[in-house]
Amino acid sequence: MEAFDILLQSSFWAAAIRIATPFIFGVLGALICERAGVLNLGIEGIFVAGAVSGWLAVYLGVDLWTGVLAAAAVGACLGLLHGCFTVLLGLSQHVTGIGITLFATSAAYFGYRVAFPTVTSPPRIEAFKPLNLTFLEVAPIIGPALGQQTALTWLAFACVILTSFVLYRTPLGLAIRAVGDNPASVDAQGLSVAALRMGALAVGSALMAVGGAFLTMSAFNAFFFGMINGRGWVCIALTVFASWRPGKALLGALLFGAFDAYQVRLQTLAGGVVPSQIFLMMPFILSIIALILVARKADYPRALMKPFIKGER
Amino acid sequence: MIRFEPRSETPVVLLVMMPVISACAALALALVILAFIGAPAERAAGLLLQGAAGSVFALTETLTRATPLIFTGLAAAVAFRAKLWNIGAEGQLYAGALAAAAVGSGAITLPPYLMIPLICLAGAAAGALALLGPVLLKARLSVDEVVTTLLFNFIILLFVQMMLEGPMKDPMGMGWPQTAPIIDEGMLPKLIAQMRLHAGILIALGMVVLVHVLINRTVLGFEMRAVGGNASAARFAGIPVTATLVKTGLISGALAGLAGVSEVAGLKGYLTSDLSPGFGYSGIVVAMLAALNPLAVAPSAIFIAGVLVGADTMSRSLGISSYFADLVVSLALLSVLIGSLFTRYRLRWIRAA
Repeated sequence: MEAFDILLQSSFWAAAIRIATPFIFGVLGALICERAGVLNLGIEGIFVAGAVSGWLAVYLGVDLWTGVLAAAAVGACLGLLHGCFTVLLGLSQHVTGIGITLFATSAAYFGYRVAFPTVTSPPRIEAFKPLNLTFLEVAPIIGPALGQQTALTWLAFACVILTSFVLYRTPLGLAIRAVGDNPASVDAQGLSVAALRMGALAVGSALMAVGGAFLTMSAFNAFFFGMINGRGWVCIALTVFASWRPGKALLGALLFGAFDAYQVRLQTLAGGVVPSQIFLMMPFILSIIALILVARKADYPRALMKPFIKGER
Repeated sequence: MIRFEPRSETPVVLLVMMPVISACAALALALVILAFIGAPAERAAGLLLQGAAGSVFALTETLTRATPLIFTGLAAAVAFRAKLWNIGAEGQLYAGALAAAAVGSGAITLPPYLMIPLICLAGAAAGALALLGPVLLKARLSVDEVVTTLLFNFIILLFVQMMLEGPMKDPMGMGWPQTAPIIDEGMLPKLIAQMRLHAGILIALGMVVLVHVLINRTVLGFEMRAVGGNASAARFAGIPVTATLVKTGLISGALAGLAGVSEVAGLKGYLTSDLSPGFGYSGIVVAMLAALNPLAVAPSAIFIAGVLVGADTMSRSLGISSYFADLVVSLALLSVLIGSLFTRYRLRWIRAA
C-alpha cells in the first residue's frame, strides 16, 4: 500500500519531472539529428561538455542564462565538428560519435582540472531556483509538482512544442525530415543536404549540451566527475522508443523520470534488503526494455547513417 | 575545387604511414593545447617520451599497460570487421575479470598449468556471454547493438560492485569492496624480476596471431568480412549472416573478457570496481588506429599505452591533470578517422568549370 501511496505525493512527481528534464533536452537533440539522418553518439560527451561549460561560465561571473547560452554554443560547436566528419567527409557515424564523446569528455574533464587543479570539494554556484508558481496548486498533486520546477524545465517544455512546430508545420521541418529519409530528393529541390544536416547537428547538439547544463546549474549547483553516468546513451534508447516524435519524446522522458524517481523511493522502503546496485541498474535495464518493446516496428529515418555525397549514387 | 576520388589500390607505404602520421598529429595537437594553457610544451613532450620509453622500467610499464589494450583492441577489430558495433568491451572486460576472480580465488585449486588455462577459459566465456545478449537481441529482434552494449557496460559494472560488496567480498579485505586474492597457482608469472610485466602480454600476442589467421585464413573469417562488407549480398550468396554475427560476437566478447583476466590474474591479483580506466573504450581507438588489422593491433596498443603511461609521468612532474592522456587518445581517434580518408581516396584538384 505504501508503494502505491508514493504515486499520490506531489514531491514524487516533482522529482520525476526534475529527473526527466535533461532527458527531454537530450532526446529532442538526438531526434533532431536523427531526423536529419545523422546518428549523434557524441551525445554522452556533449552532455559532459555542456555540464562543465555552462557551470564554469556562471562560476566565472556571467549570469545563469548566459551560462546556458555558453553551454549551447559549446554543444553546437561539437555538433558541427561531428558534422565535419560525418556530413562533409562521410565518415562512419558510429566511430565519429564515440570519438566526439571521448574527446568532449576528456576535454571537459581536463578543462575542469586546469581551472581547479587542487580543489577536493567541488566549488558551487548560485543555481536556478524553483519558480514557486503557487497559482498552479489549484491542480492536485501535479500542480505543486510543476510549480516547484526551475525555469530550465519550462524551457524544455517550450523546446518540445517548438521542435514539434518546426518539424511538422514549417517548410524547414519538412526539409529536415526529408533529408533524413531521402536526401537525393532534397538535393533535387535545390536545397543543400549538407547545410540542413549541419544545421540539425548544431541545434540538436546545443539542446543536448543544455541538458547537461541542467544538471550542474539546476538539479545540482556543482560539477562532479562521472555525473552524466550514461544519461546520453539512455537518450539514444529513448529516441527510438519515442519513434522520433517530440511529443512522444516528452512522454518517454517523463515516464522514465517517474520510474527512476519511483525506484529511489522504493529503495528507501526496501530498507537495505535489496542491494542498492539493483536499483541503480534499473534505468539502464528500463532503457533496454524500452528498446525491445519498439524494436520490431521501429520506423528509423530511412537515410539514417547513410552519408550523402552530391553527384554520387 | 577539391574532389575525392576512390583509390583502386592503396600504396603500402601510405597504409603504414597513415596511422603513424595520425598519431603524431594527435600528439602535436595535444601539445599545442598544453602550450595554450601555459604549460612548457617542449618539456612536456620530453617527459612524455621519457615516461613511456626512457628506461627499462618505463618500457615494461608501457607493455604492461598495452596488454589489456591489445585484447580490447582485438575485440573491437573482430567485431567492427563484421560491422557488429560492439561498444561494450568495457563491460565484457569486467565480466571476464569477475569470472576469473570467482574461479581463481580459492574455489578450485589446481596446478598452475591447469589453473591458468581454466581461469582464462572462465573469463573468456564470461566475456562472450556478456555480449551474447545484445547480439541475440540484434539478430532476433533487430535491437540496435550500439545502445545495448553501451548500456550493458553500466549494468555489468554495477553487478560487479554488487558482488564485491556482497557474496564475493574478501572477508580478510578490511572492509574494502574487493575480492579475495587470486591463488598463487592461478597468477600469470612475471616476466622480468622486480617489474610488473606479466605473461598476459604473451597471451595477448598469441591472440594477435590467432585472430589474424582467423580473419584472413578461415571460412569464418571470410564470412565475417563478407557480412561486414555487405550483409544483404552475403545473405544472397548463402552466408548464414545471423550465425556469423553470433560467432563474431562470441569471439569479440571472449577477447574482451581475457583483458579482464589478464588485469586480475596478471597485474592486480584481485578484483576491484576500478580495475579498468576505460580500456574497453580505448580498445576502439586501438582498433581504428590499426585500421582493424589484427597484426597492427599490437603496435597500435603499445603506442596508446605509451601515451597513457608517458602522460602519467608527465602530469606528475608538471602538475598537469592526467586527463591529458585521455585527450590525446581521443584526438588520435579523430585524426585516424580523417587519415583513413586518404587511404581510401585520393585528392584531386579540379578547376571549377
